[in-house]
Parts: sequence; C-alpha cells; structure tokens
Amino acid sequence: MPTKLAITGAAAVAHAMRQINPDVVAAYPITPQTPIVEYFAQFVADGAVDTVMVPVESEHSAMSAVVGSAAAGARTMTATAANGLALMFEIVYIAASMRLPIVMPIVNRALSGPINIHGDHSDAYAVRDAGWIQLFAENSQEAYDMTIIATKLAEREEVLTPAMINLDGFITSHGVEGVEILDDEAVKNFVGLWEPKYPLLDIDNPITHGPLDLFDYYFEHHRQQQEGLKNAYKALPEVFAEYEKISGRKYDFLDLYRMDDAEYVMVVLNSAASTAKYVVDELREKGIKAGLVKPWVFTPFPKKEILSALDGRKAVVVLDRAMSFGKEAPLYSLIKSALYEAKEKPMIGSYVYGLGGRDVTPSMLHIPFEEAIKGELDPNDERYLGLKE
Amino acid sequence: MPVNMKQLINLVDKEDWPFTQGHRLCPGCNAPMVAKWATMTAKALGYEPVVGAATGCLEVSTTIYPFTAWNIPYIHNAFENVAATISGAEAAYRSLKNRGRLKTDKPIKFIAFGGDGGTYDIGLQSLSGAIERGHDFLYILYDNEGYMNTGNQRSGSTPPGADATTEPIGKVKTGKVMFKKNIVEIIGAHENVYAATASTSDPFDFMAKVEKGLKHEGPAFIAVLAPCVRFWRIPESDGPAITKLAVETKYWPLYEIDRGVYKITRKPRNFKPIEEYIRSIGRFRKALQHPEYMEMIEEMQKYVDTRWERLLKFEEATKDMYLR
Ligand SMILES: Cc1ncc(C[n+]2csc(CCOP(=O)(O)OP(=O)(O)O)c2C)c(N)n1
Ligand code: SF4
Repeated sequence: MPTKLAITGAAAVAHAMRQINPDVVAAYPITPQTPIVEYFAQFVADGAVDTVMVPVESEHSAMSAVVGSAAAGARTMTATAANGLALMFEIVYIAASMRLPIVMPIVNRALSGPINIHGDHSDAYAVRDAGWIQLFAENSQEAYDMTIIATKLAEREEVLTPAMINLDGFITSHGVEGVEILDDEAVKNFVGLWEPKYPLLDIDNPITHGPLDLFDYYFEHHRQQQEGLKNAYKALPEVFAEYEKISGRKYDFLDLYRMDDAEYVMVVLNSAASTAKYVVDELREKGIKAGLVKPWVFTPFPKKEILSALDGRKAVVVLDRAMSFGKEAPLYSLIKSALYEAKEKPMIGSYVYGLGGRDVTPSMLHIPFEEAIKGELDPNDERYLGLKE
Repeated sequence: MPVNMKQLINLVDKEDWPFTQGHRLCPGCNAPMVAKWATMTAKALGYEPVVGAATGCLEVSTTIYPFTAWNIPYIHNAFENVAATISGAEAAYRSLKNRGRLKTDKPIKFIAFGGDGGTYDIGLQSLSGAIERGHDFLYILYDNEGYMNTGNQRSGSTPPGADATTEPIGKVKTGKVMFKKNIVEIIGAHENVYAATASTSDPFDFMAKVEKGLKHEGPAFIAVLAPCVRFWRIPESDGPAITKLAVETKYWPLYEIDRGVYKITRKPRNFKPIEEYIRSIGRFRKALQHPEYMEMIEEMQKYVDTRWERLLKFEEATKDMYLR
C-alpha cells in the first residue's frame, strides 16, 4: 500500500533514490540541493540502502565519478544545483556522449553571478544542449515520480541517455507537502536491474571507453546521440503509462490545465504552474477562457505536442524564469519556433519572472493574461513581472 | 616476492599484452614504456588491470577511434579528472561485488595514468580528493615536465630554464624561473598513501613499486620521470639514459614515502653535477646562452644537494613510523 508522508521535496527525491537503491551515489552539497544528499547519506548510514556513497570534493569530481561508475556498469546517481551544475558542465556533455544513463535531480537555483541561492531556471537552461533528458516537476510528488520514471527511461537500450529531474529550489525542495510514496517493492520491480551491454568491468571483453573521436566519426556519434533522444521521445509515453499502472498518476509531455476550450494560454515550467493554475481558475470564474500548459518534458522538446496545444488559440504568453542575455528568453524562443508551423498563429508574448527566487504572486500572473486579453502582446517585447523599475 | 623476469617472460610468451603496439605516440617517447611496464606488472602478478587515463599524449595517441592500443578495460573522461573517474569505477566495483552482480571473481586493480599537467596542475584537486577518500587505486604520473600534447607549454613540473611556449626564453626573460612543484611530498602528505618516484632508466625499481602500490590497500602514487623526446630535444633513443643521469645528479631521486615512512630505493655511489644533466637536454640550450642561467644552475645544485640530505635524514628519522 502506498503511504502518504508530509515531507519536503528533497526528502521525497531522497525516498525515490532509497527505493531505487542505486549501486553508487556521488554527493557534494550545494544549497538548495544539499538535503537530498544528506537524507540519502542517512539512509546509507542507517542501512536502509546498501549503496556505495562517494562523498567527493567537488561537483566536477561528482560528475566525473558518476561517469566512471556508470561506465563500470553500476546504476549511478548524483544531484546538484546551479553553480554545482556549472562546475560539472564539461563532464555533463561527456556523460551524455558516453551514453551513460546517469540520473541527476537538479534543484533549480539561480546561476551566479551575482551569487544568489534561490530559485530560477538559469541552471537547467544552461545545459539544455548537453544531450540530457530534462524533466520538470511542479511539486514534491512530481519530483518523486519523475526520479523513478527517469531511471527507467534513461536505461532503456534504445535511449541510453542521462536524465535530469528539475525541481524548484526551496519552493519544492524545502516546502513540506503530502507526498504519496509507493511500496518499496513496486518501485524496485518498476525500475528492475540495469544490465549494461559494455561495462568497463567486463574484463573478459575489454572495451575502450571515451576514446579520441576525430572528424571521421564524431559527427556520426552526435547523430546517434540525437537518435537516443528521439527514442526517448518515443519511449516516454510507454514509460509514463507503465508508471501510471503502479501509481495511478498520469504523466505526459505536457500538463494541460483547462485547455479544452482555452483562448488565452500561459506556458510555464515547474512550481509557478501551481500559482498559474489558481489564476486560471480565477479567470474562468469570470468567464474568461484561460488555460495553462506546463511542460513536464523539456528535452526532448515536445514540439509537436506544443504545436497542437497552442495552434489556433487567441493568445499565448510564455513565462521564463531565466534570461538569455541579448536574445529571446529560452522557453519563449522554443515555443515561438514551434508556432512557426501553426495553421492559425496565436498572438504571443514573453515574460520573465521570479529571477533569483523573487516571489511569484497570483496578481503578478494576472498581468500577462490581462495584456493578452486587451490585445497588447508584442512578440518582440520582453516584459518583466515583479521587476522594480 | 617482487615481480621477476620469469613472470614477465611468461606473459610475453602468451602474447597477452595489456598495452599493445600500434599506438601513435612518437618513436622514443617514454610514456608508453610506463604504461606497458605497469600494466604488464599487474598482469604478471595475476591482477586484472582496469585503466583510466587523463587527456594528454598517452590518451590521444592510444585510443583514436575506432582503434585502441588497450587490450584491457580502459576509460578516458577528461583532462583533470582521471582520479575522480577511477574512484567512481572503483566504487562501482565495490558495490557490484558486494551485491553479487559482478561477472568475474578475478582480482581487479585500478590504475590511473596522468601526465604532469593533468596531475601537478589541473588534476591535483581530483587526485587529492580521491586519495583522501582512500579509494583502492594506483595513480601513475608520467612526468615529461610539460604540456606536450598541446605543444610544449609549461606545467607546474617544468624546471627552470626549460624551453616552454607559454613561458619562453626571450630577450629580457630567461623563461620559467620557478622550481618544480614537489608532487611526491604533496601526495605523501596525504599520509594514507604509498607514494614513490621512479624513472624509465630503472624498470625493475619501477615495477617493484608498481607491485607495492597494487598491494597497498588504498591509494598509491608513482611519479615516473618519462622524457618527451620531441620537446626535450633529445635523440629518440636517449630517454632512459637521460633519466639515469637525472637519478645520478640527484635531480630525480628514487625513493618512496609509504604512509609517512621514507625510503631511498637507489643510492648512487658517485653523484654527478646537475649541470651535466642540463647540458645533455636540448630544451635547456637557449637558457644556457643566458649568463644569468649559470646562477640558476648553482641554485639548483644547492637545492638538489639539500633535498638529498633531507631525504637521508627523513629516511633515518621515519624508520618504521607509519602514520596510518
Ligand atoms: C579543461 C581542459 N583544459 C585544457 C585542455 C587542453 N589540453 C589537453 S591535453 C593538455 C596538456 C596535457 O599535458 P600533460 O598532462 O602534461 O600530458 P602530456 O601531453 O605531456 O602527455 C591540455 C592543456 C583540455 N583538454 N581540457
Ligand atoms: S610529444 Fe612528447 S610526450 Fe607526446 S608522444 Fe611525442 S614524445 Fe611522447
């Protein structure tokens, strides 16, 4: 029987990791990710798991060690945030190119500078082209579920691509909510055992991992990585369906909220979607056909689903919790590009909000809807919510 | 019983080379000797070596996809992280073994290779971390005293006066003036470690140390002076002869620090002046034209003499005083 616990998002993720019981976990603290590795270390100390912990001296070494471990054939995890992810950056690409199904929760936090420990999505966007699967979680329950889903997905033979689960710093990682925890056995059976084909520790069939790949093959290997992500896109609905069977919770590429007849649509990632849903409800009570699209899957980017969700709507406002300096905001530019193929192009607008953990209030999220309803959107005008000007 | 010639010959007879010919390191390069001797020693002792390498000449020249010179499991990750990479693999080994999921029950030993750049400089943090955590692995530094793969730039190991492209000798500067970082002392200071120097002039001393390192439960480190024939500007055949001179001039003393206990493993009967070593290597040629460089040589002589005296005293003072 699943049990409901009142726990933080960090604890929820740590419980998922406990139930997955990976062979190896590398750990390095960074606010607001720290409680994940702390909870997990306690599980190890208490014998709740028999994972080998590698408490490294930096995130660079955390990512390096998980590459070594996953290449060796072990199911391997680590977790980080912001500057930790930035320090890992070089090896994040290498992990993907070596096709290692590492699973890594990212507790989204503003990337310095200036230094700030609160949440935004600049870290996740910074690695968007590294070749990892990127899932986003609105709350603790989703963070828990996505950790388990990511493990299964990343390890599928046709996928073999590392996966990140993004959850918002403090809001999700430190906020206490009711989280339904599945039975240990159910999770264990769901993720099964990972049997890598070419583990480093297969000494009878020695393999060279991470060779020098010059112009004669590098291109082809990138093409294969692309295939891995295409396959992830194909496999996701299956894995979601399997997960629904054990949990009763239904996931998809996009979380569509009151979208059936929606005319004014907001697109936003993660925890701000909860506030946005509340705002959508308020507008609906006033008879305004508002709706929300929250991508659960960011990479592989579900372009087709986005297009079919947004084609023909009156207006679409995209909220980004990060800037792309000198360019359009990251999510906005992707949504805009998806809409190129729309039959009936909606009006669109770009809004940047919540940087460095700035509060996101319902009244703030009313603004983009109001401007959309008034027909005041300008696709070339980046607007800011809650900015002191 | 240290590894002997017979064990090695058996291995050669079987043609079971862990590190094979066909790599693309320069003819005469001393790095492949280090790799070959170390992995052969491990094999001869009945271990299954699993190897990691840092980015550098040894790595780029031995694993050009789709070819490989490694007949044993091998992993390259990046420049500065071979120690962290190997510590992950070693952790995986412990975990999988513990869970009964390993396909073999043969004894696996982890060996990491790094150049001086990847060890003294950019990789020092990851190496220090891995040693402090006590992973069971042997790290072998092939020290050619510069970033050779990228074209002879200075490293923390480049000696004063050696020609290096990022600290060149010019009209007003005599190139690098700093002495080499003393990597063995840095590693030895971790205390939980077996640390040693070796040289390509003395394969059996090296192999004995490899054996000690492999048998040491926990981290071990060997720094091998391994000339780059290309940028040292020496004849292809001269690497080992030159490292012999390095030992005889006290430039590269052969010793070990086993958990705090010092032992000099070669005590040359007659020492030669360091100038003889410097004059035999082409990369000092330019510096030797600068009159100030003679003062530097004098300083170096003083330094190596003092270090030798200290080593003798350390050996005496630390006898049987294992720190861990
Ligand atoms: C982060 C990073 N910085 C720089 C480089 C470029 N690079 C590759 S190998 C190398 C030098 C290697 O020198 P060393 O470790 O002494 O080995 P050697 O080439 O002498 O064998 C450098 C600077 C790199 N690959 N990665
Ligand atoms: S450049 Fe030097 S270190 Fe590199 S392969 Fe050639 S001789 Fe060896």
